Amino acid sequence: MRMKGLLVGAVLAATAVTPALVSSASAQDSIYIPLFTYRTGPFANSGIPIANGMVDYLNMLNERDGGIGGVKLVIEECETGYNTEKGLACYESTKVKNPVVVGPWSTGITLPLIPRASVDKIPILSMAYGLSASAVGDTFPWVFNPPATYWDGLSMAISYIGSKEGGLQKLKGKTIGYLFFDGGYGREPIPLLESFAKKYGFEVKMYPVPPAEMQNQSGQWLNVRKDKPDYMIMWGWGAMNPTAVKEAARIKYPMDKFIGIWWSGGEDDARPTGGEAKGYTTLNFTAVGSNYPAIQDIIKHVVSKGKSQAEKDRVGEAHYNKGIYNSVLIAEAIRNAQKITGKKVVTGEDVRRGLETLTISAQRWKELGLEGFGSPVALSCADHNGHQPAYMQQWDGTKWVKISDWIQPLKDDVLPLLKAAADDYVKKNAGWPKRTESCDKPS
Amino acid sequence: MLCVKPYGMLCKIFVVPFYEMWDLPDIFVQTLWEGLVGGTLYSLIALGFVLVFKASGVFNFAQGIMVVFAALSLVGLHSLGVPAFLALILAAGIMFVLAYSVERVVLRPLVNQPDIILFMATFGLTYFLIGLGELIFGGDPKVMITKQLYIPTGALSFDFGGGRVELQKLDITAMVVASIMVAGLAVFFSKTRIGRALRAVADSHKAALSVGISLNQIWVIVWFAAGLVALVTGIMWGARSEVSFALEIIALKALPVLILGGFTSIPGAIVGGLIIGIGEKVGEIYWGPLLGGGIESWLAYMIALAFLLFRPQGLFGEKIIERV
Repeated sequence: MRMKGLLVGAVLAATAVTPALVSSASAQDSIYIPLFTYRTGPFANSGIPIANGMVDYLNMLNERDGGIGGVKLVIEECETGYNTEKGLACYESTKVKNPVVVGPWSTGITLPLIPRASVDKIPILSMAYGLSASAVGDTFPWVFNPPATYWDGLSMAISYIGSKEGGLQKLKGKTIGYLFFDGGYGREPIPLLESFAKKYGFEVKMYPVPPAEMQNQSGQWLNVRKDKPDYMIMWGWGAMNPTAVKEAARIKYPMDKFIGIWWSGGEDDARPTGGEAKGYTTLNFTAVGSNYPAIQDIIKHVVSKGKSQAEKDRVGEAHYNKGIYNSVLIAEAIRNAQKITGKKVVTGEDVRRGLETLTISAQRWKELGLEGFGSPVALSCADHNGHQPAYMQQWDGTKWVKISDWIQPLKDDVLPLLKAAADDYVKKNAGWPKRTESCDKPS
Repeated sequence: MLCVKPYGMLCKIFVVPFYEMWDLPDIFVQTLWEGLVGGTLYSLIALGFVLVFKASGVFNFAQGIMVVFAALSLVGLHSLGVPAFLALILAAGIMFVLAYSVERVVLRPLVNQPDIILFMATFGLTYFLIGLGELIFGGDPKVMITKQLYIPTGALSFDFGGGRVELQKLDITAMVVASIMVAGLAVFFSKTRIGRALRAVADSHKAALSVGISLNQIWVIVWFAAGLVALVTGIMWGARSEVSFALEIIALKALPVLILGGFTSIPGAIVGGLIIGIGEKVGEIYWGPLLGGGIESWLAYMIALAFLLFRPQGLFGEKIIERV
């Protein structure tokens, strides 16, 4: 009995002390970066390549450069399964280790974390996902969602469709179908889509896909066949994407008029349909391929040494490169924070400042060994997104091919609505704190 | 256009859908076909539940993950260089090993425990199989080896009512295979000694034991049969989409089928599956847009509950009369 009591006491003491030890070790000689990933569950086909890209780039910095500014990065994955409860558990378990930034990798996980960020002093990086309105830095000083919001993405898709039709005014009388994951992520751009429909005179047909029906979409696509929309826009994720592409091919929907958001543009989304998916088009904001010095360094220092979970021939795929992009943002924000504060070991508060003044010019992309990999990024205190352009990629039967130049978002339409949405968020969340954080000069 | 105020909504509910069925008969026939295919696959999943429930009174929550596990085993073995049909046999073998292990490790130690304990044990089995599956096969989705199994692809199309109806060869195959499987199982469980033993076990464990029926043997056979059903379901559904852990969620579509057909009836699973399959597709296509679309996931339950109002024991379920 006594022995049992001692054991329990020892376990409790160890539990209480361990986070403090980890935390002090992290704070003294390293920078702790938790990566929320999902390598399991219904969304793993999208989550795995992204996780590999994120982890491999940061590992490469450790291997090649000894970290950032001479400080080693402590990288820790936490499996969320794209599940909000698990994601919040990941947040709680990593919070005690003083993370410098958190990337929830799910709109569902991001939303409940937004109010916590300013309290816990941990910036949230929701790269091209999450709450579009969080781009308004004056309202959301702790949340960052570069390089483009979902609303930017939708405006680019509409702009692209307009260009195919000979101008946005030619959309009058057309029908655009919207196939979307029936959750926070898929519903995010609907207000803007409805606003565009009014402005340009086209009709919108909605095709929600409930999470339980991701692999059972014949009903939605029969409706598409019945409605005959001129274009289809998809906001899909995980198993929803390849199923939608297969169903589109089954009903012989013209694939070049089927346009996905950047999260619907992975190789695993089109590959199962193969040649019949030829013409399927999606947005993308990173280059595809591994022919970049930085990615070659990943192969050399990480993949070839067996320190990656990615297969070598999948390095450079569309979603893998988005993972790299996410880690570039983290690394550059840390570098920037080190520059602003003069500290080597930075904190979450420092990295927030680093993100807020983040600039990645074309020259900087080149210095990083990623020339032309993404468009230049420039964030500010007011603008936490940058509203950068994306391009269209098209499936040629075996791989993605870039088919357009950079498409600028329709900022005149998007920005006022974003501001209104941010104001609305404040109204709905009584007691939302006013910004007190000071503003640094851009790097 | 068809509907005028003040009868707009009533017209959209009671007139427009039927007008559309008449006006676009090709879409209507296609809808019925898709419903029939979906319903057949639901029947298959429900059959797996019914078999286990009949033999052990357990609602096998693990049936969904068994679909994924069986399909992953097949694709995983093939990716290791095992020829497709040998991989199929080996995958069936894996399902037998699973059935045997479940009987030994899960069911046997829990004999005579309340049903809820056994039900919870199948929860545990589900999460164990998810973990084991991800450990062995990884979480990334796999492409079903459709061609290697000589499952035809492409479509048979014909003109109908001024439009085109397309029957995917894959769906036709799924229908045929599912029908053969269901017929085979029905014959096996009604005409063979083991089948009769199963029915005896279903009626009363104690009575079955008293006449020398081995409960353990029956459980292995039934779980193996459920495993085979899972394998076929996994192949067919995996070929329609991909083999991933998301397939597990589809198994939940068997719940309304079971509510409708009764937990103990093989014909109930078949007819229930078809009613749910066709009902949800027709509902989604013709009434779904009125409700914002995506109504399939709950409409199936509504259909089942509507039937229950008239037949609480399900379509073919046994009417339980208890004297108080």
